[in-house]
Amino acid sequence: MTVTLATATGGSTTSPAPAVRIRGLRKVYDGKAVLDGIDLDVAPGQLVALLGPSGTGKTTLLRLLAGFERPDAGELGVPLARTTVYQEPRLVPAHRVLRNVMLGQRGTAANRAAALASLAEVGLADKARSWPATLSGGEAQRVALARALVREPRLLLLDEPFAALDALTRLKMHDLVERLRRRHDPAIVMVTHDVDEALRLADRVVMLRDGHVSVDLLVDLPHPRAITDPHLLAHRRRLLAELGVDTPEATP
Amino acid sequence: MTTADVLVTPRFLGTRRRSRSWSLLTRASVPVALLVVWQAASATGLLDPQVLASPGSVVGALRELAESGQLADFLAASATRAAIGVSLGVVAGLVLGVLAGASALGEELIDPSMQMYRAVPFLALVPLLLSWFGVGETFKIVLIAVSAVAPMYAYTYLGVRGVDRKVVEAARGFGLRGFRLVWEVILPCARPNLLMALRICLSVSLTGLIAAEQIGTTEGIGYLVSLSQQYFRSDYMVLCILLYALLGVLIDTAIRFLEHVALPWRSGVAAR
Ligand SMILES: Nc1ncnc2c1ncn2[C@@H]1O[C@H](COP(=O)(O)OP(=O)(O)OP(=O)(O)O)[C@@H](O)[C@H]1O
Ligand SMILES: [Mg+2]
Repeated sequence: MTVTLATATGGSTTSPAPAVRIRGLRKVYDGKAVLDGIDLDVAPGQLVALLGPSGTGKTTLLRLLAGFERPDAGELGVPLARTTVYQEPRLVPAHRVLRNVMLGQRGTAANRAAALASLAEVGLADKARSWPATLSGGEAQRVALARALVREPRLLLLDEPFAALDALTRLKMHDLVERLRRRHDPAIVMVTHDVDEALRLADRVVMLRDGHVSVDLLVDLPHPRAITDPHLLAHRRRLLAELGVDTPEATP
Repeated sequence: MTTADVLVTPRFLGTRRRSRSWSLLTRASVPVALLVVWQAASATGLLDPQVLASPGSVVGALRELAESGQLADFLAASATRAAIGVSLGVVAGLVLGVLAGASALGEELIDPSMQMYRAVPFLALVPLLLSWFGVGETFKIVLIAVSAVAPMYAYTYLGVRGVDRKVVEAARGFGLRGFRLVWEVILPCARPNLLMALRICLSVSLTGLIAAEQIGTTEGIGYLVSLSQQYFRSDYMVLCILLYALLGVLIDTAIRFLEHVALPWRSGVAAR
């Protein structure tokens, strides 16, 4: 078992052709560079957790990768098949669950079957005919996940996907993500504010600060992980310190 | 034990579902009460028939009209005109409103002219339309259509603008663009607003119908209005008002039904 502290350019993970390539990425809002020269490669199948204080441009980076914003400078390389799950489910209220999962796809029998299978994967096969407004928060977010996965993305972008959920549902969603990763294996960039969530799920934790990558941490531990693992605790302390939170040394 | 320790069952703060029959009764109660007061005032002589005809004489006028077959003819004539004119106006307003609401280019091309058009009261267009189309059926249909376009456009535009931009962005993320984005996401989400647009548009075009039928007609409810004025028949005047009111109720019922069909996700859903 190795724990690597990579350099801020992410140079240690570039062996296969990456699923995401970011070079010198800059994004300026109102004269202020929110992202000021980001270099980052994400390997296929890698889950990168994006951390950072509020307003450091995590959502901006994700929106750039999704294509909702244009970079002011720099290069971006992303796979064609990429989907996003947001903090809110963003379901179309006027369509039933199944139709939401099939949004933008043709209504062929094959697509329907795939959408139903995807709903079954997130445990919502019986909600296919429900209206979004009748779903609980966690159910709606699982539909959003099914809608993203049914397209078999090579890159899945998650912007605080579980932030609005209760702690217990969030833990269940973590299990779900680990299961879905084993089946679909997309590269994932997940924005989160939860250091524990990041350390539990991610292969790599990237922290943004002042427009730059301030920490790039490989978390090479097997899944499922126990949060009491001493390596994780060491990472946790370091990340929290970087975010300005001091935690007491654990006394053995 | 102080009052602070007393436990109570929480008061229900939600909205109760009312039974259909009760709801219907409540709806009818105020119009029926008005009718009773009217009848009582007429019967006791409090209400001079010159001021307002009694319910009895209005029913008499209705019977007279029905027996001569004119009632059916007039209603059919008015309904046909209204249906054709309103359909044309609604479709035009809807298309323009969706184009302006959904695309920046459409907004720039359409909205300034439509705002100017909206500021012109449609009655100001009557002389011009008369000189173009004469007093025939075309004029009437065009006037009704013209009166319907502006409200339909304005509320459709607002409705399309009001669609949750986050949902639209998510749909773009799943590859929807152009016509399909409008058809599959924007219009379904805007449906509640579009129905409101239709509701307002229909009430405005009722005015268009009256205006159109006051000029050079020999059938229709508006014609009846001018006749009753000419011969100073209070019973017919009131009858016409009631016929228009009835038309309003019919339109309202139709839209309620449409809402029920077009907004299936609304019924029985709590706010979240
Ligand atoms: N459209 C915009 N116009 C102007 N400024 C913007 C715009 N979008 C984002 N910003 C600014 O860019 C900065 C980064 O925003 P972003 O949403 O990416 O932060 P974030 O890291 O996701 O924060 P949080 O953790 O609070 O979600 C913020 O200061 C924000 O005010
Ligand atoms: Mg954010």
